[in-house]
Amino acid sequence: MSIDDRFSEELREERNARESETGTLSEVITGPVADWASDFSHADPQWAADPFPIQDDLRQRCPIAHTERFGGVWLPTRYDDVAAIAHDTERFSSRAIIISNFRPSLDLAPVGGSPPISSDPPFHHDARKLLLSAFTKTTISRYEESTRAFCHSLIDGFAGQDVVDAAEDYAKYIPMRVIADMLGLPPQDTALFAQFVEDVIGGIDLPPEERGERLTPLFDYLYAQVRDHVDNPRDDLTSHLINVELYGSKLSAEHVVGTIVLLLIAGIDTTWSAIGASLWHLAGHPADRQRLVASPELLPTALEEFLRAYAPVTMARLVKEDMRFGDVDMKAEDWILLSFPAANRDPAHFDRADQVVIDREVNRHAAFGLGIHRCLGSHLARMELRVALEVWLSRVPEFSLADPSAVTWSVGQIRGPRALPLRIP
Amino acid sequence: MKVHIDSGRCQGHGRCYDLAPELFGADDEGYGLALGDGIVPPGQEQGARLAAANCPESAVVILEET
Repeated sequence: MSIDDRFSEELREERNARESETGTLSEVITGPVADWASDFSHADPQWAADPFPIQDDLRQRCPIAHTERFGGVWLPTRYDDVAAIAHDTERFSSRAIIISNFRPSLDLAPVGGSPPISSDPPFHHDARKLLLSAFTKTTISRYEESTRAFCHSLIDGFAGQDVVDAAEDYAKYIPMRVIADMLGLPPQDTALFAQFVEDVIGGIDLPPEERGERLTPLFDYLYAQVRDHVDNPRDDLTSHLINVELYGSKLSAEHVVGTIVLLLIAGIDTTWSAIGASLWHLAGHPADRQRLVASPELLPTALEEFLRAYAPVTMARLVKEDMRFGDVDMKAEDWILLSFPAANRDPAHFDRADQVVIDREVNRHAAFGLGIHRCLGSHLARMELRVALEVWLSRVPEFSLADPSAVTWSVGQIRGPRALPLRIP
Repeated sequence: MKVHIDSGRCQGHGRCYDLAPELFGADDEGYGLALGDGIVPPGQEQGARLAAANCPESAVVILEET
């Protein structure tokens, strides 16, 4: 037995056996949406392609929609309701934050499967504190130069092509490369990461057993990486998590690996989506593109507007106990689809909420969430988005959609372009 | 004019020190801080107002002094 046996295969198998016996399955309901107010599905292709008209309609007539799918989900669409739920950790739990037909065991609270995003107070605060200093704006600025060089190398790879896929050949690789660097995972493994992201975030309509099985390769990979870090410690976040102490002891294996899953998955498709959606907007709006090329100092303001209008992340909560919320009766264990994108387009909070105004000066958007779960990686995401757009606009100032009908969008709680063919000169 | 950060509300979004770095900084965990005594030098009022108007948690407090 090694000195640090927390990460042994035997213990992992025992835990897996225990976990699979708990949790609640719901009936899998798929198929076309009958009515968005009472049968919505965020796995529906119409929602993936363009959720905003649906959300705008629901905001006027509900404003909290419901579905029986996934065992029961509520969808608030007003900013005030989204903010109230995000701030109310007494009545709404973060035990699971990706909606599927499986609700993990109540015993998982307050830690959850991927702390601290899945954690509730008071544990949340202490688990989050272990990570904050690694994600401050100052710490993140150390990665800017290498991120910029990497963006340039991706654009160097466009040489000789008239059409490039900005989602697949550019946006995707930038966050993967940076988070691999921060976690100390081999850069050549980024080819695996896109599949891991799809396995965690996608397939929400699949039978739960099948969905669970799809996660095995991710955990196999991360346990192997963690064991390698135990044997060969280095200056990165993985070694930090292996060695750090909480309440006088080192973290459990589930905590270490769960947090790495969080940092890896949450660090990739979110920023991939934000970079892609911004380039998609600029490809379709030449006046905005030309203005940013001519006035790069406007970019920090413009990217806040892209984050508002195309906020990639929708979170989830679980209702703790039966209660009245607004005009609806919520039941314990109902899901909440916490749509920051819908909040960000509420006309009660934003002038011209449905328009993209790239010089919008007052922009109190909620793209990175609100309350204690504010996106830990927001400073990293902003750096990556800014550098990715700066480099793209300086190297490729002229571009347009090569084929608007060929653009595809991800399905589920993280929304961004997954195919984005752009014509470049 | 004087500014301060309501630490009960601040979640470390960092909009204040992004938009008005001459008035706000960050602690070691990224939470916002008013620099110095929080007094806004003449001419920097707009930065203070922008920071307050963009804070997602409404944690930037402006005290207008007569």
